[in-house]
Amino acid sequence: MCLAVPGRILETEEREGNRIAKVQFGGVMRQAFLNFVPEAVVGDYVMVHVGFAISRVDEDEAARTYQLLESLGLLESEPGGGE
Amino acid sequence: MKYIDEYRDERIVHALAAQIARRATRPWNLMEICGGQTHTIMRYGLDELLPPGIRLVHGPGCPVCVTPLEIVDKAIEIASRPGVIFVSYGDMLRVPGSRFDLFRVKAAGADVRIVYSPMEAVKLARTHPDRQVVFFGIGFETTAPANAMAVWEARRQALKNFSVLVSHVLVPPAIRLLLGSPNCVVQGFIAPGHVCTIMGYREYAALSRDFGVPIVVGGFEPADLLEAVGMLVAQLEDGRAEVENQYARSVSYEGNLPAQSIVESVFEVSDRKWRGIGMIPQSGLRLRAEYAAFDAEQVFRVGEITADEPAECISAEVLQGLKRPTDCPAFGRGCTPEKPMGAPMVSAEGACAAYYHYRRHSIAEGRVC
Repeated sequence: MCLAVPGRILETEEREGNRIAKVQFGGVMRQAFLNFVPEAVVGDYVMVHVGFAISRVDEDEAARTYQLLESLGLLESEPGGGE
Repeated sequence: MKYIDEYRDERIVHALAAQIARRATRPWNLMEICGGQTHTIMRYGLDELLPPGIRLVHGPGCPVCVTPLEIVDKAIEIASRPGVIFVSYGDMLRVPGSRFDLFRVKAAGADVRIVYSPMEAVKLARTHPDRQVVFFGIGFETTAPANAMAVWEARRQALKNFSVLVSHVLVPPAIRLLLGSPNCVVQGFIAPGHVCTIMGYREYAALSRDFGVPIVVGGFEPADLLEAVGMLVAQLEDGRAEVENQYARSVSYEGNLPAQSIVESVFEVSDRKWRGIGMIPQSGLRLRAEYAAFDAEQVFRVGEITADEPAECISAEVLQGLKRPTDCPAFGRGCTPEKPMGAPMVSAEGACAAYYHYRRHSIAEGRVC
């Protein structure tokens, strides 16, 4: 229920006083209201929940995962097979 | 997909699990609050990657599961009235009320529709001025801003045929209740990352201080959850009890202020009954008096319905983390996702349904037989 999915803003428009974005989630495109993330611009990743962007993904924070992989010496190794 | 795939990377997941195993010297009981987190844990078998002493207890964080029986009965009552279009998130349609569910009402001819966003319900009201459109406004703090926005927008558009059946609950009062219980076995909490995306984690700092428990705001992907578990284990092993934020790519200390502001203007904090738990003071939201015209309970005068929960279902203990779904004699027998007895078996995020879908029932059946 509290699921929110990260997607990339492709374009934005004003409609009836609301700022609405076209957001790409992998191969799927959806509209999302930007009322709660007025700072978000085209190219940003936002977390979308029930048709509303609820946060702009902080890219520096997200990069920590890659840093963790790097610190564990895992970036050079091949991913294992299957789930 | 960016910001998803890397958090499901098998190598990082195993590395994080190994780190936890190296750090843990004693058993610890940790609770993930959110049903979405429970679902990830079961789907990826994260509990089985942890050392045996690290036990994950599943919390009450599934709004579908904790929506009280009488609210479901009220939804059914309203949806059955002529001229109504009843609009809901999909999960709520299969939740059993005291006699039947919304799907049954829909099958009997009522106009019950599933939407992805509450703004679709507002649009339906605008395009069907001759009908009463009622939206089933459930959820935690994550969903409250969107539902508030729908009400705000309906008022802005001067719609006279839109109302909301509100059943909103808040996470911190439930954690406070769990921690205050003499039966509480939980030593550390993973706080719900999307609730905190909206609300920040100021309130969790107070909980951590008052009860001396570590709390880590956690995300929803496998690497997020294992990193959060590792941070909790490190705190517990060091004898610390602080609030930390694993999910900083989405969560800030103060949260989303525009979202908090719309919630504040449309809703006010109220007492709420939780299915399986009972009344928790100041644990929910209701519409403010100035939005009374959009309150479906007042518009349709259904305030007097009350209902009792089936005695056989142990969802009360499951939702409080006191028992596991597989401890229930009805689990996988009288109660399945196809024919749920209690709410945690209904939603994919309910602990019982997560255990059932990801084969934990075969373990239970083996033990019972």
